[in-house]
Amino acid sequence: MSDDVKAAVLEMRDITKSFPGVRALDGVSFDLYAGELHALVGENGAGKSTLMKVLGGVYPHGTYGGEIILGGEARRFASVREAEQAGIAVIYQELSLIKDLSVGENIFLGREPRRFGIIRWEELYSRAQKLLDELHLAVDPRTPVGYLGIGQQQLVEIAKALSQEARILVLDEPTAALTDAEVATLFQILNKLRGRGVGMIYISHKLDEVFRMADRITVLRDGRTVGTDAAKDLDEPRVISRMVGREVGDIFPEAAHERGEVVFEARNVTVEDPNVRGKLLVDNVSFKVRGGEVLGVAGLMGAGRSELLMGIFGAWPGRTSGEVLIGGKPVQIRRPSDAIRNGLGFVTEDRKRFGLVLDQTILSNMTLAGLSKLSGRFVTDVDAEAVAGGRAMKDLRVKANSVFTVVGTLSGGNQQKVVLAKWLLTNPRVLFLDEPTRGIDVGAKQEIYGHINRLAEAGLAIVLVSSELPEVLGLSDRVLVLHEGRVTGEFKRTEATPEAVMAAATGHTTRAA
Amino acid sequence: MSRQGSANEPATNRPLTTADVSPPDAVPEGVEARKGGFRLPTENLRAYTMLFALVVIWLFFQWKTVSDIYPYGLFLHPKNFSNLLQQMSVTGVLAVGMLMVIVAGQIDLSVGSVVGLAGGVAAMTQTFELGVGPTLLAAVVVAAVIGLGQGALVAYANIPAFIVTLGGLLAWRGVILGLSKGATIPVRLPVFRSLGVDKVAPIVGYVLAGMAVAAMAWLSLSRNRARRRHGLSVPGAAQTALGVVLPSLVIAAFIVLMNWTDPASGLQGGVPIPVLVLLAVAVLGAFLTQNTTLGRYLYAIGGNPDAARLSGINIRRYLLAAYCVLGLLVGVASLLHTARVGSASPDAGTYMELDAIAACVIGGTSLMGGRGTVSGAVVGALIMASLDNGMSLLNVENYTQYIVKGAVLVAAVGFDMLGRRRG
Repeated sequence: MSDDVKAAVLEMRDITKSFPGVRALDGVSFDLYAGELHALVGENGAGKSTLMKVLGGVYPHGTYGGEIILGGEARRFASVREAEQAGIAVIYQELSLIKDLSVGENIFLGREPRRFGIIRWEELYSRAQKLLDELHLAVDPRTPVGYLGIGQQQLVEIAKALSQEARILVLDEPTAALTDAEVATLFQILNKLRGRGVGMIYISHKLDEVFRMADRITVLRDGRTVGTDAAKDLDEPRVISRMVGREVGDIFPEAAHERGEVVFEARNVTVEDPNVRGKLLVDNVSFKVRGGEVLGVAGLMGAGRSELLMGIFGAWPGRTSGEVLIGGKPVQIRRPSDAIRNGLGFVTEDRKRFGLVLDQTILSNMTLAGLSKLSGRFVTDVDAEAVAGGRAMKDLRVKANSVFTVVGTLSGGNQQKVVLAKWLLTNPRVLFLDEPTRGIDVGAKQEIYGHINRLAEAGLAIVLVSSELPEVLGLSDRVLVLHEGRVTGEFKRTEATPEAVMAAATGHTTRAA
Repeated sequence: MSRQGSANEPATNRPLTTADVSPPDAVPEGVEARKGGFRLPTENLRAYTMLFALVVIWLFFQWKTVSDIYPYGLFLHPKNFSNLLQQMSVTGVLAVGMLMVIVAGQIDLSVGSVVGLAGGVAAMTQTFELGVGPTLLAAVVVAAVIGLGQGALVAYANIPAFIVTLGGLLAWRGVILGLSKGATIPVRLPVFRSLGVDKVAPIVGYVLAGMAVAAMAWLSLSRNRARRRHGLSVPGAAQTALGVVLPSLVIAAFIVLMNWTDPASGLQGGVPIPVLVLLAVAVLGAFLTQNTTLGRYLYAIGGNPDAARLSGINIRRYLLAAYCVLGLLVGVASLLHTARVGSASPDAGTYMELDAIAACVIGGTSLMGGRGTVSGAVVGALIMASLDNGMSLLNVENYTQYIVKGAVLVAAVGFDMLGRRRG
């Protein structure tokens, strides 16, 4: 109705973007009206962020297919700078402010008012003050940004966008780190911007917020647009079914695992943000895993899944609390070596950052966690290691010339197998897997799925965290769903439908009976 | 094929092994094994390049020092070569210690000042007439305690190593200046003095060489036995023999060269004691880095501290150990240096930290941590000493020597970067 009268300030037509081996965006079309808040939703990896990076000039023209039309004119951005000059401001989830610079300096970074190359500080700070007043942000523009809370920093980002006279504002998960009061303030401001005719693209996993704020909602799935509709014509279940509407492929081996005794139990685990005192990333989570069972942990970005595992494993930099029982006995885990000694293994996410020493050989990496067990306590036995490593390499099908190949030269799938082997060589009874198939090709994924199933059959208790819902559903005997650090659902394999899990992951507490 | 319970498999109460994941549809063995021909491991490439550079440097100086008295050149003549090795031994010992710290991603800038302090302490201890043992021990203990203290500040107080040891560089120099009141203290104990200047009798050299060859043969045979027992491929008899004979020849040549007696002066030859000390330190250092959990953990910590921590490695404890080992070796180096000079002056050891770091870097150590070998560091020290010695023989002026050494350091890393980018 009234929407039809408004002119589109932005049109993205038929956008495609490929990365090696993956088509991240496949003919996505998207438009935005002036004064509209258009929500963009979808699962992790659906292509939302990629689309926004195309819009924001992070991927310059020529690296994607399709057209960007701004105010009726086709534009080809070669850089972020050009997109900014065209009135597009993107506020990323990880704020891009410089903590040691003042609020004012951050707002005008790279665009400082100057004369003869000399910065005019009075003008800079008075203009900054005006912007902050507009946003009702009561801070001195001379304050270093690092002294501000996350919510205030978010508003500084918005002030920066306003200073650029942005006509299009992209907000990627803006409320992820905000308190309820800060969210309310943010929404007031967004409504004000709406009145001024700013078009806003709002990416969020929190559907209640989306329905509170959005005029229209576009759902992306696997790099394609599923549909764009006015928010008032939609409801949460329909959005959820659009988000997940995908057959769980039969790449998952059907495996009914024999369940044994409870091998692992965590009680009342809480994990605190190391940078924000009192902010709980994991809030009072308890769960049990039986031998031979795969417990999937689902949840959207920032739900606290990795933090839960890190906290239990004694590897979290912030404060943690809770009890851990292994084989029915309470154990104290203060650091990773305690966890390993008690039979806990942890295939961490991001293998390059947390899993591997890339400069070193397959063998050195495989034996790193279990070294003192595999060879001597002080003097190592290279031959005993080579035997164990060689066998692991064959058993896990690591494709490389020898165990002395440098790990950094392997493909992602083979690297992931090396990380898995590292933990199997510690002879664990409980294995945590965090995003075990991130960024590896389909063939290697299937192999890893097979490994996981065989490990469960061998009696290992497995906790699987994955952002890929089909993976969690396909491999798990039971699924635990986290939302903002709390358990919002627990499902048996038969009850765990994508819709039910996604509903819980977006904040609907549905503990199925 | 998966559950082949071989003899060495430990009987644990946690029966899970990697065999549990072995897929049932086993691939025939040897399909993916040993593709392609012989390839040099890339990590050793730098070491080979540097060995080659060393030979080039030697040949150059040898050619430039040809004269009527020395028709084949003076540089590699036993008279000079023995001297050269003696000169490098202090830097060499320091470089081995420095390597442990750099490999773990840290640094120590204070070693030069600590050499001065520990040497001074040893020289001052002489006055108490406690005998040789306590005198020498004093230096080692002082240096080790300093290493421990600085290591604790780095590992447990999280102060950057650069800052802690830069502070040490200044502070320990101040301490020795204060203790000695600026005076130079002569070495009076004959045994102390001989540590830096004397040579072992030729027969001792031959015996040690024989023992080294025997140890090598025994090690490689027992290694083969172990590999056979583990079911690994065992090198053939010819390869094994070659692996023993080639190094043996090098050792023999080295000993003969060192034991050469000057017919003109009748001066007895022999391996200089500092060179023996360096060799012992290098062998121990190589063992520590390659064959112990400590060494392996240091490489992992330097290569990826996050992965090391998550693999259950107590990073702080091993960093402390690395600084402690370095401290011990700084103590040893201070004794060699003081003994060689014949006195402890308050400015002894100045810039030695830079020589040690340069030796490591020339020998292929990455200052980012995770890469480097003891043999590389020793070769690096040898290159530096060769440049020093050769240029002095050629009467190159002091300032030029500094410029050349600086250029060589930068060029060594530059070549390595080029090679790595291509690789």
